[in-house]
Amino acid sequence: MSATAAAPRLLAARRRRLGVLAALLAAVAVALVLSVTVGSKPVPLADAWHALTAPTGAENDVVIRSLRLPRTALGVLAGLALGVAGALMQGHTRNPLADPGLLGVTQGAAFAMVASILVLGVSTLPGYIWFGLAGALLASVAVFALGMAGGRGGPTPVTLALAGTAVSAFLYALTSTLVLLDEQAMDVFRFWQAGSVSGRGADVVWQVLPFVAAGLVLAMVNAPGLNALSLGEDVARGLGQNLALTRAVGVAAVTLLSGAAVAACGSLAFVGLIVPHLARPLSGTDHRWLLPYSGLIGVALLLLADVVGRVVAPPGELEVGVVLALLGAPFFVVMVRRGKPVRL
Amino acid sequence: MSTTAPSLRAGGLSWRVRPRAVAVVLGGLVLLGLLMALGMRLGELPMSLAEVVSGAFDAGSAGHFVVMELRLPRALTGALVGAALALSGAIIQSIARNPLASPEILGVTTGASVAVVAGVVATGSVVGGATGLLATLGVPLLALLGGLAGAAVVYALAWRRGLDGYRLVLVGIGVAAVLTNVKFWLLTVGDVNDTARAMVWISGSLNGRGWEHVVPAALALAALVPATLLGARSLDALRFGDDTVTALGVRTGAARALLILAAVLLAAVATAAAGPIAFVALAAPQIALRLVRSGRPPLLSSAVVGGVLTTGADLIARTAFSPVELPVGIVTAVLGAPYLIHLIWRARK
Repeated sequence: MSATAAAPRLLAARRRRLGVLAALLAAVAVALVLSVTVGSKPVPLADAWHALTAPTGAENDVVIRSLRLPRTALGVLAGLALGVAGALMQGHTRNPLADPGLLGVTQGAAFAMVASILVLGVSTLPGYIWFGLAGALLASVAVFALGMAGGRGGPTPVTLALAGTAVSAFLYALTSTLVLLDEQAMDVFRFWQAGSVSGRGADVVWQVLPFVAAGLVLAMVNAPGLNALSLGEDVARGLGQNLALTRAVGVAAVTLLSGAAVAACGSLAFVGLIVPHLARPLSGTDHRWLLPYSGLIGVALLLLADVVGRVVAPPGELEVGVVLALLGAPFFVVMVRRGKPVRL
Repeated sequence: MSTTAPSLRAGGLSWRVRPRAVAVVLGGLVLLGLLMALGMRLGELPMSLAEVVSGAFDAGSAGHFVVMELRLPRALTGALVGAALALSGAIIQSIARNPLASPEILGVTTGASVAVVAGVVATGSVVGGATGLLATLGVPLLALLGGLAGAAVVYALAWRRGLDGYRLVLVGIGVAAVLTNVKFWLLTVGDVNDTARAMVWISGSLNGRGWEHVVPAALALAALVPATLLGARSLDALRFGDDTVTALGVRTGAARALLILAAVLLAAVATAAAGPIAFVALAAPQIALRLVRSGRPPLLSSAVVGGVLTTGADLIARTAFSPVELPVGIVTAVLGAPYLIHLIWRARK
């Protein structure tokens, strides 16, 4: 095939990709509007705009600024983080069953939080967050070290996946033991497990923002290297990749992203598990496109699920994690049945 | 992998016999026997081996009830359930060609969990009032029905002009996610006491297991182990792509469907007997694979490793914090995870 024949096709492919990107951004915009205006107290769009631009302290202004806005912002951060982290995790382990929690991040955060409730009597959410982040970080360092053990060039996909699973299972066992021994911890844990973006103030958003931002930068830096790794380790070496470094950057990105999301919103690993499978048919196997697509789909799904959770069971709310699974999973199954799945 | 492994022939069938696999199976069985003997002796009433033996064979002796009605059925349930889960996991991991696959993605364990938690919450103190059918079904039957229903849903959704291993995994993820989150939600609905009771079952427990749990598990294994060993030859072939397999003369569709059915039944029976004991189905095949050094999880070795892992875990669960008992499913991970990590570590050297 000559270069002149290839050029229009490349252009068409790029146009298609930008078109998909625009469509996803539009979906996110719709989800944002819904997330700010819909809830137990519906707020007209004009009032919402008014609250964001020129607040006067009216009731709707307060609802929007103190409740809906932080909640929406957290949904955006968590959706982005988990979608991108899931795509990275599946890419690095080359396993469709990989989720952002696979490195032990979710269970590390859970264990640290439950332990902090029991041992130190921490009982405020900001308090949990730092422990959750620390736990996530320690767990993922342990997994990476195990995967590295004795090998050159970083952990292989299978060792990474299995070491992560083993460490996660170990930590989950410790957490289960603690919550079975202590009713107060059990009470916190069961709601954390269901996952939620509500009831967190703006302070939580500012706490996790730097971690998510750093994670996103590392993820995009990691994309070309991950593309090379997907061709097989030998090919990647031949292309001059530093395997260990590529893996380390990927693991660091996943840790920052899912550690922050999990510490702030509880266990929502499912987002990161299905979102990449939804994004892959749109993006193909190129991680430079798969990562942003996954992030945007993650945001749209998480926000929409949160909106549905607010209105579906009045006067109470359903946890966003639960709604996500009940809405997202059937949609996901339909997608899988329709198309030929893009294999990793 | 040795190319000159001796083979076992029976009529028109033949199996290759790997010396390492034989060693793992025999060594595992010896270890299992030792663990069970130790389990007979330990507990709230410590007994000598002589007391255990006389308790087993002499109906008039002081230890008869403790040995024959409490410790022996419990130990047997643990060993059988562990073996069944591990065998189920080995089959699924071979078919999906994925070391992270477990009965969970077949919808079995998650389906059973949802059914049981729903039962606990519905009969609990907050929701309450659910009597009649729900209350009389009992936990094991609820678990069995829930597990089979979950598997049927996965199977039906994954079926599209045949069964593709990769599509089965993806559909399994989706269904498992729905069921898991329904379970999470149910745990937040009830009273925290109901949650704690349900958590014990969800973690897997062998507390108070008697002969009524041993018999179904034993019957299921007696029927399904030979069946899966017969099917093992097509498992070896199923590791290749479908076209290759067809060329090798294996009827993929039928072989795969039957093996998956066996995996579902094994997991469902095990879950009904002891709850969804975590980690055994995932870890035992991976441990066995590394001990035997084979290309895919070896079936018989996996089953033996699973039995050893569960029996050892229950011994610790029962005695470590006596009189408080831990759910066995928690201890399996505490025992199995470090060992699997050690094997991974060693293999990388």
